[in-house]
Amino acid sequence: MRAPDTSEILLQVEGVSLAFGGVRALRDVSFDIRRGEIRAIIGPNGAGKTSMLNVINGFYHPNHGAITFKGRTRAQMQPYEASRGGIARTFQNVALFKGMSALDNIMAGRTLKMRRGLLWQMLRYGPALAEEIEHRHRVEEIIDFLEIEAIRKVPVARLPYGLQKRVELGRALAMEPDLLLLDEPMAGMNLEEKEDMSRFIIDVNNYYGTTIALIEHDMAVVMDLSHRVAVLDHGVKIADGTPDEVKKNQAVIDAYLGVAH
Amino acid sequence: MLYREAGQFKTTYAEDMAIFPIRQDRIALAILLGIAFIGVPLLADFDIWPFGSDYLLRAILLPFLILALAAIGVNILVGYCGQISLGSGAFMAIGAYSAYKLGTGVHIPLAWFDFAISIPPLPVLLAILLGGLTAAVAGILFGVPSLRIKGLYLAVATLAAQFFFDWVFLRVAWFTNYAPSGSVNAPTLDFFGLHVGTPIERYLLCLIFVTVFAVLAKNLVRGNLGRQWMAIRDMDIAAELIGIRPLYAKLTAFAVSSFIIGVAGALWAFVYLGSWEPLAFSIDRSLQLLFMVIIGGLGSIMGAFVGAAFILILPILLNRIPSELGVPLSTETITHLEFIIFGSLICYLLIKEPHGFARLISLGKEKLRLWPFPY
Repeated sequence: MRAPDTSEILLQVEGVSLAFGGVRALRDVSFDIRRGEIRAIIGPNGAGKTSMLNVINGFYHPNHGAITFKGRTRAQMQPYEASRGGIARTFQNVALFKGMSALDNIMAGRTLKMRRGLLWQMLRYGPALAEEIEHRHRVEEIIDFLEIEAIRKVPVARLPYGLQKRVELGRALAMEPDLLLLDEPMAGMNLEEKEDMSRFIIDVNNYYGTTIALIEHDMAVVMDLSHRVAVLDHGVKIADGTPDEVKKNQAVIDAYLGVAH
Repeated sequence: MLYREAGQFKTTYAEDMAIFPIRQDRIALAILLGIAFIGVPLLADFDIWPFGSDYLLRAILLPFLILALAAIGVNILVGYCGQISLGSGAFMAIGAYSAYKLGTGVHIPLAWFDFAISIPPLPVLLAILLGGLTAAVAGILFGVPSLRIKGLYLAVATLAAQFFFDWVFLRVAWFTNYAPSGSVNAPTLDFFGLHVGTPIERYLLCLIFVTVFAVLAKNLVRGNLGRQWMAIRDMDIAAELIGIRPLYAKLTAFAVSSFIIGVAGALWAFVYLGSWEPLAFSIDRSLQLLFMVIIGGLGSIMGAFVGAAFILILPILLNRIPSELGVPLSTETITHLEFIIFGSLICYLLIKEPHGFARLISLGKEKLRLWPFPY
């Protein structure tokens, strides 16, 4: 795919290390994400990919290293601060609000944009109603975009897995993030669902200009979608570059296929 | 065949977001409100059956309305925000006693400063609402542990609130205005010059409170705050990630819930009991409210009403069946039978439909929309 025009660095990870007791999940990992690109993070199981995402959006606090997002460097932050800064995320196992409808789930993604306080909401009149309707308009745009009009009132627990993943993407999009982290968006999907999801990811990137960092195991998808790929293995970054460069990298081939010792 | 939404097109999001988007539901609600606000007073006024005596109003409808209001409060906390609470009785007591203190005048001598805080007796309506507000503050304080502990452990923490306030209102004589028996009498119920005394007036007063609070609560739970509460209930990690602060969401749930429960407590004391002692708000009351919410349906405002009706009215009906049928049973046997039948009904219901009456009703509606076809 064509790389984005800008070379502005949106997120810079410098020398991040993370350990849980004796387990060293990440060791001195550095990479950057440019504004407008689709950045893939790949690696064998247990390589530290999800840990990396958790560090970026504040779930884990790295033992060493710094993260610079939109020019602001910080060592620690809380998840809701990350969301306020413009980082949205989906989960490997769908983390939707099971008791709520698809519409409510996506509306919940607008929380940060809604201003009216408790008393106004209680009356649900005037400005509070206007705000609710305004955000409903924005949410309906996302629902149209993801082609889930028919299921908007269905409790998400009743939806099939592929649709749940789509609703979760919708919830993340409702936040209008600068950086969207997707943790295995295609896991457990059949070919058709994967094609749909790939189309949505490309469209999000093109249409909204959202920067995307994704973790994925399906190599065909990764190589087709992403502009640049970082490869982790046992918590260490072993390669970084365009899909073609990474494909030819001997360390990557060894990590995936194994080497004779 | 009557329950169809075909042909009801919504052209604005406001219409689509209405509480009852289906016309038949709106008609049903209008009829229900009409009966409650106009029908019942008319029937009672002309002493038409079943309102021949005040029994139905005084012993069934009045407690039903007040406990339904309290159940709405409990449902906001337990059903919508997922924080289990066993302290509802305590918050009712806080509402009742603070309303009582504010209604009879507060005098706090501060000997060290040679100064006293004195608040003259406030109008009853203000006292009741401020009683709710005091309960809300107490709710926030006792909600703070919820930021660290979850589920059953939180239930134990709220149990502490229950026992603590039971003790406070029993032992600290200041709250009962030093009444030697510990029992206190409610101030006279005057609202803007209107005296509320007869059962039908009391009923209408509670009905107005319940209707207003039910609408406000419904507005909250279908708005942004309600979505935040449910998000915290369903998946707190993901909620935090989309920018919901657990602190704000949980404490507002505690505050709103305790406010409503506190107002219900004040009504229970002032309007239903008239004179009461701390035992009126014991752990039994907390459990009763929790059962109402679970049986009625967690996360449903309507469920609070159905649950309150079930828990409150069914035992009374069960109790009356043998005498109505003319079966010669001693009062004790009837009471025991009542417990047995009522208990097994609860078990049966929860096995058949763990999500309570609210789910049963919504399933029924779904079936009805398609009836007579299965799908």
